[in-house]
Amino acid sequence: MEEILKELKQRFSIKDPEKKRDDLHFVKIEKKDTIAVLTYLKHYGGFTHLAFLQAVDRIEDEKFQLTYMLYNYKLKINLAVKVLIERYQAEMTSIHKLWAHAWQYQRELKEMFGINFPGSPRVDESFVLEGWSEKPPMRRDFDTLEYSTKTYYQRPGRSTNDPKKYMKKKLYKNFAKSPDNGRKNG
Amino acid sequence: MKKKDINKIEQEMKLANSGLSEKEKTLFSNARPAPVKPLNKYLEKFLNWARAESLWILGYGTGCGAIELRPLMTSRFDIFRYGIAPRPTPRQSSVFIIGGYASLKTIKRIVRSYEQMQGPKFVIALGSCTINGGMYYDSYYTINRIDHYIPVDIYVAGCMPRPESLIAGFDKLKENIKAGECDGMNRYAENFDWYKNNQKKIIKDWDMPDYNW
Repeated sequence: MEEILKELKQRFSIKDPEKKRDDLHFVKIEKKDTIAVLTYLKHYGGFTHLAFLQAVDRIEDEKFQLTYMLYNYKLKINLAVKVLIERYQAEMTSIHKLWAHAWQYQRELKEMFGINFPGSPRVDESFVLEGWSEKPPMRRDFDTLEYSTKTYYQRPGRSTNDPKKYMKKKLYKNFAKSPDNGRKNG
Repeated sequence: MKKKDINKIEQEMKLANSGLSEKEKTLFSNARPAPVKPLNKYLEKFLNWARAESLWILGYGTGCGAIELRPLMTSRFDIFRYGIAPRPTPRQSSVFIIGGYASLKTIKRIVRSYEQMQGPKFVIALGSCTINGGMYYDSYYTINRIDHYIPVDIYVAGCMPRPESLIAGFDKLKENIKAGECDGMNRYAENFDWYKNNQKKIIKDWDMPDYNW
């Protein structure tokens, strides 16, 4: 794995490579290098499998973070490639020519986050939501409680308890007092 | 009233079926559902007894609650003892179990299946999600109250309710049927416009007939 990372570093600008586990590594790359890095990893690094493509909404930085999780069957190693893209009118190059099944992930991201992938097959079709006309719901500025109260009928009289306080009051009255936290055996 | 006026009113009472294309409009009925009056007292009582003792449930798992139907039907809880059997199609069944949360995508199918069921038909709503949204009360794609979209006869509370409580729910349903109180189908027919408005408010891409019969 170290060799592959070294090779990557020589060829592309890679920021903070991170080793989470022996079989899980993270790297950050620039948006313009994405296709080159992924193609290199697929054909020369042995990362032949795209496990998933997922997005994180970093609303504070006005960015989306895309994570391409790749897997190497020979070394049995996961490598996550992170890319930051602009949040406003988000657009990313489609990778369906590298991994054919990526179109499905891209279609989901288009619907849930509003990230466009021009040229990806069937990217404009609805994935889970049918007839959705609002803001993409996984964006963090979409207020799901407000939308729910506005659209669906709330039943009055709903109350919420803080589980910790409630359990203390109702069930385990002596829980806090007893020195061994109420347990008799062991 | 003149015959012309009566014809006009009848025409207005027909359903518009505006979600269908011109070709499809010829394939579906545009009649409204009509409430069914009970027969004479003793005959209706006998029929209600017969209905209560042979409940056929629609085998359509709409949420996570459908997982409770498997032990209910198989050997451990064996619902066949109570004369309750699962059926594969809406046309053959008389009980619809809403198994937990219903998303928008599911409620479209729920409405369609419910309307296709032949009367008398009953609805058991299972789990707290169907009552007030449960843990999904703030979700953008899960409805909060099922009784605004289809009429409900029995609620079984819990998250998830065990098969035992579902059996208790069936017992209560039987009691109510025998007492002649389960008139969900008539309520649906009488308040048809209200139910339809609620359904159309959330289902934005309405592409099915207004009444699926």
